[in-house]
Amino acid sequence: MKLTQISVFLENRKGRLYEVCSMLGKAGINIRALTIAETESFGVLRLIVDKPDEAIKLFHANNVTANRTDVVAVEIDDKPSGLADVLKILSEHNVNVEYMYGFMEKCSDKALMVFRFDEPERGAKILTAAGVNVVTRKNIQGL
Amino acid sequence: MIWNEKIETMPLRELKNLQSERLVKLAHYVYERCPVYRQKFDHLGIRPGDIKCIDDVVKLPFTTKMDMRDHYPFGLFSVPRTELAEIHVSSGTTGNPTLVGYTKDDIKLWGEVMARALCCAGAMPDDTIQIAYGYGLFTGGLGAHYGALEMGMTIIPTSSGQTKRQLKIMQDFQPRILACTPSYCLYMADDAREMGIDPRTASWKVGVFGAEPWSESMRGEIEQTWNMLATDIYGLSEIIGPGVSQECHHKVGLHLFSDVFYPEIIDPDTGKPVPEGQDGELVITTLTKQGIPLIRYRTRDIVSMTNQPCKCGRTSPRTSKIKGRTDDMIIVRGINVFPSQIEHVLLGIEGTHPHYQLVIDRQAHKLDEVEIMVEVDEKLFSDEIKKMHALEHKIKKEIEGVLSIGVTVKLVEPKTLARSEGKAKRVIDKRAL
Repeated sequence: MKLTQISVFLENRKGRLYEVCSMLGKAGINIRALTIAETESFGVLRLIVDKPDEAIKLFHANNVTANRTDVVAVEIDDKPSGLADVLKILSEHNVNVEYMYGFMEKCSDKALMVFRFDEPERGAKILTAAGVNVVTRKNIQGL
Repeated sequence: MIWNEKIETMPLRELKNLQSERLVKLAHYVYERCPVYRQKFDHLGIRPGDIKCIDDVVKLPFTTKMDMRDHYPFGLFSVPRTELAEIHVSSGTTGNPTLVGYTKDDIKLWGEVMARALCCAGAMPDDTIQIAYGYGLFTGGLGAHYGALEMGMTIIPTSSGQTKRQLKIMQDFQPRILACTPSYCLYMADDAREMGIDPRTASWKVGVFGAEPWSESMRGEIEQTWNMLATDIYGLSEIIGPGVSQECHHKVGLHLFSDVFYPEIIDPDTGKPVPEGQDGELVITTLTKQGIPLIRYRTRDIVSMTNQPCKCGRTSPRTSKIKGRTDDMIIVRGINVFPSQIEHVLLGIEGTHPHYQLVIDRQAHKLDEVEIMVEVDEKLFSDEIKKMHALEHKIKKEIEGVLSIGVTVKLVEPKTLARSEGKAKRVIDKRAL
């Protein structure tokens, strides 16, 4: 139920994001979702790609610091309070959200959100049990 | 004014006799009292009786920083701990710090050589001195203090920091003498202007600046900014602290008080003396110290030396400003920093051995700044910003704990730090020294 996110350490300098993205492009790896958290001197690029194993290999071969992180992607009703409903479930079960971001594309008429929990396994189970549709790796590759 | 006219202007032949007499005594003293030296002598097959004059010093073994560390805390001492009046400690390279200790007589000696130094700089017994070197385990503050006390000056022991208060005290009490690091003196100029003080009207007319390397251009800047005479003082805690040598107002090298600290300039690779005037490593034998006398201590400082008497009348040899180091030590805000200290801290964090680089910079009128760039590998990296910040903070705190100076830490990508011929370049010193 978990999804692999690739987290990349980036120094805050011109052209660096382009270099990393073009590395993926040349290798035929497609970015499905992405977010950047930035600080004064560095940033963390978080990516959901169609071929995470290849992406990790590629980064390591090119001296790019990258890790795998387990995240959970869920479908959310694309209507007011759609996200709040999901967060309510998590809050009631004391699941802590470290960060979250949205997908660019949709599988259906629902919105896709990626969650980073401190305990991804437990988070995914709780959401499934509450009837929220948790997206699998296959779903993502099919996008 | 010359503080100890008899000694400081002593004809060279007479000075040599005095040095010889003292060295003969010293050889016996350490051989009988310090097992480490006895072993070193025995190892070379030297008996104290073989030492008959100062020129025999070359027969004696060297002492290094490593010896001090290996025999920490009291192994290199020649007196029992109970006879020590004071101890000082400087931060260590990777493990043990460097410990030095003074008997009551050693403290008197320190006062004597520092009085000579302050006089040499231009201070007079009627003067008021503001001592803005740090007081405490660092030898700067107390060393200057003992010298000023010996001279009978009025002492304002402000220690370092609290710049606005330093300036208020200067305005209120009008001290003519200032003792601090040269970079701190320049740093104070900005605060002075902020307080509406024109630095050129300051009461300080003579500065006794040391504890860090500084250049002729920096001297020019200090003298211009503050309208004062800026003189250089040299010392190291292993020998005594400040008070080993000092410039007079002619500013033609530092007068080394060779009746008590016998200097040699050697080729650091061969250990052999270099011809007069050539660059080499300064080696010092403490001729009269009791607590921890050192034989041929390798200072690791590169200088040149001349025996030509100075216009001021002093006959002691003069050394140049420090031209470099034979090891990788750097001095930042008066504190000795070894890259291995940084390495040690990083190794302790997550057990990794990341590449790092130390960048030292000094903006105009600012204190030295140290930035430590650490390459982030997979082991150190986290997708969570708060964990990365925590890592940055942890590295910063631990390094500051070891070095006792503030640093900034910057996390950088792997393989971005310069490597020359595969070897990492650990230190980038951007200061114009």
